[in-house]
Amino acid sequence: MKKKFIGTILALSLAASLITGCGKTVDPNSDDVLYVYNAGEYIDPDILDQFTEETGINVVYDEFETNEIMYPKVESGAAIYDLICPSDYMIEKMLANDLLQPIDYSKVPNYENIGKEYIEQSTFDPEHKYTIPYCWGTVGILYNKTMVDEPVDSWSILWNEKYKNNILMQDSVRDAYAVALKYLGYSLNSTDHDEIEEACELLQKQKHLVQAYVVDQVRDKMIGNEAAIGVIYSGEALYTQRQNPDLEYVIPKEGTNMWIDAWVIPKNARHLENAHAFLNFLCRADIACKNFEYITYSTPNTKVRDLVEDESLKNSEIAFPDLSQYHNLETFKFLGDKGEKYLNGMWREVKSY
Amino acid sequence: MSKKTKWLAMPYTIWGIGFIIIPLIIVLFYGFTDVSGHFTIEGIASIFTHVNLKALIVSMLLSFASTLVCLIMAYPLAYILAEVGRGKSSLLSLIFILPMWMNSLLRTIAWQNLLEKTGLINAFLSFCHLPTMMIINTPWAIVLGMVYDFLPFMILPIYNVLCKIDKDTINAARDLGANGWQTFWRVTWPLSLPGVISGITMVFVPSLTTFVISDILGGGKILLIGNIIEQLFTQDNDWNAGAGLSVVMMIFIIISIIITDKYDREDAGK
Repeated sequence: MKKKFIGTILALSLAASLITGCGKTVDPNSDDVLYVYNAGEYIDPDILDQFTEETGINVVYDEFETNEIMYPKVESGAAIYDLICPSDYMIEKMLANDLLQPIDYSKVPNYENIGKEYIEQSTFDPEHKYTIPYCWGTVGILYNKTMVDEPVDSWSILWNEKYKNNILMQDSVRDAYAVALKYLGYSLNSTDHDEIEEACELLQKQKHLVQAYVVDQVRDKMIGNEAAIGVIYSGEALYTQRQNPDLEYVIPKEGTNMWIDAWVIPKNARHLENAHAFLNFLCRADIACKNFEYITYSTPNTKVRDLVEDESLKNSEIAFPDLSQYHNLETFKFLGDKGEKYLNGMWREVKSY
Repeated sequence: MSKKTKWLAMPYTIWGIGFIIIPLIIVLFYGFTDVSGHFTIEGIASIFTHVNLKALIVSMLLSFASTLVCLIMAYPLAYILAEVGRGKSSLLSLIFILPMWMNSLLRTIAWQNLLEKTGLINAFLSFCHLPTMMIINTPWAIVLGMVYDFLPFMILPIYNVLCKIDKDTINAARDLGANGWQTFWRVTWPLSLPGVISGITMVFVPSLTTFVISDILGGGKILLIGNIIEQLFTQDNDWNAGAGLSVVMMIFIIISIIITDKYDREDAGK
């Protein structure tokens, strides 16, 4: 009997803590809230706090690992966000499927800080009505100078038997295929089945050399000397170099992907005023600079470089590359539903090989 | 059914309809339709593409291996726990259940850190000038992860059944002249079979459908059927094919439960 009594008390207190104790809950219908969906580890968390301090708007901040994971959640309406930061080709897909609404630039006066060249480069938004560029960069090879003795300037190093079990590949369809297609001299937006099959065979041949297919972990594994060579985004490269000075980043001579991630407002967004306020906040020079110093991804904000205090960061060729010296830089395009489905299937051919 | 039991069953009835029956219908609907909602068995039939078939076979092999390892490790342990003295062993059994209090995802990530090339185990091995071990990102690492995660699910049911065996039955066997081995093989083992079988189901089924363990410990190099279903939903946005394969998996699981259940009954009838 006593046991039963204690059990009841426990159950009741558990129920009570469930009802009262869940702490801060945000009412989605309230006016001072903003739902933001961004890629993983892609903002200085202090900035969110500062925004809340300055405006009183609570930011509910969620992260996605890849664009492909983000898309179905937004498309199905399973999760409703006010601001999302996808990559170029995904924005094109979202526009094609009518998921976005235009941004009212008059409410984002700091938009003028964004360099014209990046807006022009945003071909995924041909009328420049739906997007505000957030970060941009390239995909290249990060290698450890103490483990690699030959000069690295080509994707071919990723197929070098010498580095068996020491290579990290991106576990993302488009990035992995971009490497193979560029190495073969094709466009990374190819939908030609022969070209993709050739790339697929190349990736299958590479598989026994690959230590692991990972996304964000390339960074930590390279810092921890876990692998000699990794395919990585330029923004991550700078951070890894700070943590481990043996690492070096190169853009291969065959060319690569130049990507732009940009903020968009989905059609079903409910807090438009707050979304615009947040965009304006992000484009403000001091905030953009603070954010850049934290995430070290190249910024399209033209005011940032002058504000950066750290000399090595200010003069970094990775963060502020001279684009004119690189050729064959391509931006991802949406391949169409059929093209995407085909490529996804071909990616599984590689992964299950 | 009396009025009272009906009323008592209400919470579960609501739960069952809302979170089991309706989702199941939705899965079946997606599994048997295409994007435009027309009937098709394409989603189900996609199990026969070589990529999916290979993933299914690899999943079966790995879960079979991990179930076998779990059984070999769990049975003697459960036997000892049950023998050591009923009641006294609660502290011992607590030790084996303790890891279950931690999130399984965290435990799997911990294994990744242990097994990595520059991980703890290899650091220790190379410190002792021993050859390093490279099992991370291989099927072995996945089996290890499955065994570690699901071992308690094998120990507990076997332990429970062994505890309930009447000591007099064993004494009777001894009285009638059976030696230790004969007592075990003719009396204890058959009586413990129900526990063994529920242990097998509880390890085999989650191993067959896991995708987290293979992702974390397999380095994305080994695709299990769970990974394929996960990717169809999250990356490809192809819910129909994903649901179709889920239906196939459900059929596999139902078959395996029917088979084990049949053994269970046959033995009970002996």
